[in-house]
Amino acid sequence: MGDKMTGMNTFLDFEKPIAELEGKIKELHHLSDSDHLNIVDEVTRLQSKVERLLKQTYAELTPWQKTQVARHPERPHSSDYINGLIEDFIPLAGDRCFGEDRAIISGIGRFQGYSVIVIGHEKGADTSDRVTHNFGMARPEGYRKAVRLMSLADRFGLPVITFIDTPGAYPGVGAEERGQAEAIARSTEACLNLRAPLISVIIGEGGSGGAIALASANHVIMLENAIYSVISPEGCASILWRNTDKAIDAAESLRLTAQDLYKLQVIDEIVQEPVGGAHRAPTDMIKHLGETLEPSLRTLVNTSGGELRAHRRQKFLDIGASSKS
Amino acid sequence: MSWLTNFVRPKIQALVNRAQIGDALWVKCASCEQMIFHRDLAERQKICPHCNYHMPIKPAERFAVLFDEGAYQTIELPVADIDPLKFRDRKRYSDRLKEAQKKTDQDDAMVVVHGTIGGYRTVVCALDFNFMAGSMGVAVGDGFLSAARLAVLQRAPLIVFTASGGARMQEGVLSLMQMPRTIVALDEVRQAGLPYIVILTHPTTGGVTASFAMLGDITLAEPDALIGFAGPRVIEDTIRESLPDGFQKSEYLFEHGMIDIVVSRTEIRDRLVNLLGLLLDRQPTAEIANMNAGNIDIPEVLVADSDSSGESEPLNR
Ligand SMILES: [Zn+2]
Repeated sequence: MGDKMTGMNTFLDFEKPIAELEGKIKELHHLSDSDHLNIVDEVTRLQSKVERLLKQTYAELTPWQKTQVARHPERPHSSDYINGLIEDFIPLAGDRCFGEDRAIISGIGRFQGYSVIVIGHEKGADTSDRVTHNFGMARPEGYRKAVRLMSLADRFGLPVITFIDTPGAYPGVGAEERGQAEAIARSTEACLNLRAPLISVIIGEGGSGGAIALASANHVIMLENAIYSVISPEGCASILWRNTDKAIDAAESLRLTAQDLYKLQVIDEIVQEPVGGAHRAPTDMIKHLGETLEPSLRTLVNTSGGELRAHRRQKFLDIGASSKS
Repeated sequence: MSWLTNFVRPKIQALVNRAQIGDALWVKCASCEQMIFHRDLAERQKICPHCNYHMPIKPAERFAVLFDEGAYQTIELPVADIDPLKFRDRKRYSDRLKEAQKKTDQDDAMVVVHGTIGGYRTVVCALDFNFMAGSMGVAVGDGFLSAARLAVLQRAPLIVFTASGGARMQEGVLSLMQMPRTIVALDEVRQAGLPYIVILTHPTTGGVTASFAMLGDITLAEPDALIGFAGPRVIEDTIRESLPDGFQKSEYLFEHGMIDIVVSRTEIRDRLVNLLGLLLDRQPTAEIANMNAGNIDIPEVLVADSDSSGESEPLNR
């Protein structure tokens, strides 16, 4: 694994036994620093136990646990994938109308030699960063910026890669006044009209309309522990169960995991995460996603604009129809 | 003219000028008022080392550092009908034109050149604020048109540096008509599938902002440049309120979604080279493509295969 496991700071509830073992390993390291004890054997034993436990735990994650993993603060975000995968990246900003919405980051750069437009929700890495990016909750300006960049992509025949990671579009007075719904609709429409290839990767949370606005793509990839849903489990529980404590039940019912959505043919591909989730080995995760994206992109690049558009539209027309027939 | 202005002023001027010979080596920053040695200033493309103020710069000075090896060719522009309205305010327009021509050694405010930037053939035009405040009349419109047509002919991207007080009032409504005219011209560049890149510099206002300056595929701006439609004084007089801090400055426009990147003058060339590469060389070079083609199976991504697990190779085994 490329990343040190000891770098983890945030443990989820169900990771407690793992946290305890890792704590023991840390303690041993401290002891050995002072007492010259030979701890190699013990550390190796504990480490393989951690590995086993991680593998076991993560193989059996419930939808609610996956929801927590998908929201893990140390999970790589759009900016991490851009830094790791896109060369010569030049950020492009603004909707030419009202504002620059930092909940969505975007620009032009090179992926495996191809010039591409990249658009992604950004949740931010630390507290101040999260505030700057509004926790990945975009306003109309963010979606209008996306539309602008998609038209730029169309003009120059540049493939578009989107990274989806949002709790949802921002619910606010100003956002409504400036037409949040219209902006989401236009962005979805822009995705569907694009004559350039469009690949979307749901890297964390695919929250409702705020996600589909950037994810109506030719090829939709989901990371193993990402979620994608019409509403958050909490929101669903509060509306249908009238009780937010029922979020666990809602998560089960919503079928929001990558595995369920693949069966429903809502997504096209699942990308495996490192053992213990993307947040345990971000560098490996980013590299692995890059390897997955490259062949998909190459296939799409060699397809004509008209076919790409028709394929994308048919794909979404079929989603509702296939479940009925 | 009185005796005073005819005789005394030249005398005083002569005295002052002599005193300035020594001072000419030093330039006072208009923003922070610190003195800067002229060679330092030239090296920094006229950016104040103390406060980062981007001083006005002539098109020729820009071009010298913009193009590869500083080499470019200037396009001779069509001669516009001088003074179509026979306009006269305190001075004749024709006299104002002659003065500006003498001062700048140019026919009008728009300078059009072509050359390579980072190996990419480009057509570049720049407005000279020294020429009647970079105002847009028929000649400026003609200049922009020539640049756009040349770009299409050469299949080269069009890059424009703006600096303008707006429409040239002395040409009346003919000046206004340059707005649609330049927009048609840039659309020809767009229709040809060529990039159109705008660099907004201090100040860009009025009809120039409201036409070709705001329609770039990519829009850059120098820091702290005043960019807007109506000037700040006009707005203040109209609304009778003081304006917010940094109003109509590049950074303010960025926050309001109007600009892609605020970029220091010294970084403009690198940014352009980068952008031109991304917009013009869109595919991997043959070498990279062949290297990759050998060892990767191309999956059938266009058809979702419901039988396979859809999961890619595990990372950790
Ligand atoms: Zn200064």
